[in-house]
Amino acid sequence: MPPKVNQHNQSEFWQKTPIHITIVIIAFIWTLPTMGLFISSFRQRDAMLSSGWWSIFQHPFEITQYHLGNYLDVLQSQGMGQAFLNSLTISIPATIIPIAIATFAAYGFAWMEFPGRQFLFIIVVCLLVVPLQTTLIPILRAYRDLGLTNTFLGVWLAHTGYGLPLGIYLLRNYIGALPRDLIEAAKVDGASHLKIFTQLIVPLSMPAIASFAVFQFLWVWNDLLIALVYLGGTNDVAPVTIQLSNMVGSRGQDWYLLTAGAFISMTVPLMVFFALQRYFVRGILAGSVKS
Amino acid sequence: MEVITRIFNVILAIVFGCGGVIGLFYLANYGISLLPKPWNRNLLPWVYISPAMLILSAYLILPTIQTFYLSFFDGRSQNFVGVQNYLFAFTNKSMLLAFRNNLLWLVLVTGISVALGLIIAVLVDKVSYESIAKSLIFLPMAISFVGASVIWKFIYAYKPLGDEQIGLLNAIIVSLGFEPVGWLVERSVNNFALIAIMIWLYTGFAMVILSAAVKGIPEDVIEAARIDGANSWQIFWRITIPMIRSTILVVSTTIIILVLKVFDIVFVMTGGNNGTEVIASRMIKEMFNYRNFGRGSAIAIILLLLIVPVMISNIRRFKTQEKLR
Repeated sequence: MPPKVNQHNQSEFWQKTPIHITIVIIAFIWTLPTMGLFISSFRQRDAMLSSGWWSIFQHPFEITQYHLGNYLDVLQSQGMGQAFLNSLTISIPATIIPIAIATFAAYGFAWMEFPGRQFLFIIVVCLLVVPLQTTLIPILRAYRDLGLTNTFLGVWLAHTGYGLPLGIYLLRNYIGALPRDLIEAAKVDGASHLKIFTQLIVPLSMPAIASFAVFQFLWVWNDLLIALVYLGGTNDVAPVTIQLSNMVGSRGQDWYLLTAGAFISMTVPLMVFFALQRYFVRGILAGSVKS
Repeated sequence: MEVITRIFNVILAIVFGCGGVIGLFYLANYGISLLPKPWNRNLLPWVYISPAMLILSAYLILPTIQTFYLSFFDGRSQNFVGVQNYLFAFTNKSMLLAFRNNLLWLVLVTGISVALGLIIAVLVDKVSYESIAKSLIFLPMAISFVGASVIWKFIYAYKPLGDEQIGLLNAIIVSLGFEPVGWLVERSVNNFALIAIMIWLYTGFAMVILSAAVKGIPEDVIEAARIDGANSWQIFWRITIPMIRSTILVVSTTIIILVLKVFDIVFVMTGGNNGTEVIASRMIKEMFNYRNFGRGSAIAIILLLLIVPVMISNIRRFKTQEKLR
């Protein structure tokens, strides 16, 4: 590389010093809370109550001050292990069921002719912003009559209902933007709607489906309200969010438990976030900018 | 052993829950294909649409109508009381406090997270480590309200003066020579302490969307302005902001809706005590703690009415967008 270019780049880098400082400070402030929680979750109980987590930086390499005891404790005696499994049991079907239903509906809205198509889709657009609070009381009552309270089936269906408007909306916009020639050609070849759907539409829409999947999964995993209302606090069905919020209530000063518990509840979303950030961002953009 | 049966149950649930839905579609499709000619073509779209429409009706449309109906009845939904529940909502002292707090949330969360998100989006566009910086600021979006509440409760932790402070914020304040503050108890600051959490969570969201919009501004427009002698400041105010105005509007409305529905943060952090109640947490309290379904329904309907303008503008935008298609 010619040295001239390099020099130019360097001087440009230094010219932007105020920008660099601003960005680094903001990023630092934004990361600090999570980092404090993470470090604290490995500290001994007594140390945590007598000094701030930042005091470890005075002697950061003293391995004995860290341990995994908080995690073991919270997973076993605080029921976080069970809650973790419950969260998985709730989140995975509550992600896949709406994907299946929304993809079918999106194809119908985008490429099939039927009376009232526009009208029904406008209803979906309206439902996008309906606050779920307006549905809680009647559904809870119906669930009590049907015996669906405290069941996984009840929560799956509820999450499906609340997630569908966004799913249909995102997927219809994506599927509707696929080239018309492609679908016409398949029809000319004699392919049925089901065949077009499974062999053409679904493979082509994978990016949009992935975006919605990430969205829905994070939303379900992180949800407290729906679980609280339809599942109650019973231990054998409660997800991590409920368990954690119960711990805040009952063990509010036991920071060694709370920090480890909070971090356990965050592991799966953080992994999903880092692995699939691209799809998450795409979903957010499709849901707001283009609309 | 117990864990193994649990995991087995989970897998079983997943297979049945998900396989069942997809199987149903295949079955319906097969059934329709057996019908004679004009029937199957007319009915087929409904195989694709109706499962979704049925669930939407059952979980969103009908319950909303029923909630509207219940809001005119008393707590046990037995006697018609007219608009009494609404009168309660607009005159009760704690309800008015909830409205005031929600307004505070709306203005501060929307204003600050959109403004900050925009500033970060514009600045980050100019550096080479853009994606790392954006990831770090965006990261809180993946954290639940409950998790975020624990994180911030730890930051706001309070110990009396003289004890070693374990909460970051009080440690800073004490080291500067002030007295420690009970951030979640003190009525003058506790609402702001809760609002800060939401700003922390949603600035990244605003930044990501606004950043995409900023990148969408054509390079030659900015180049032309620069040749005409505009400085960065003028470019920001005269070009960037006007060109992404519609995106700013969309981000703001999205955050407004999220803030109107905010419940978890208040529920976990303060339980609505010490004057921190908001509309949504108030609604849950009426519904669960006081078992007053009439009042709870009325509050939920008020929440819905506040969102109706957004709904109308969404429909409008959708219709113009369809004309372009």
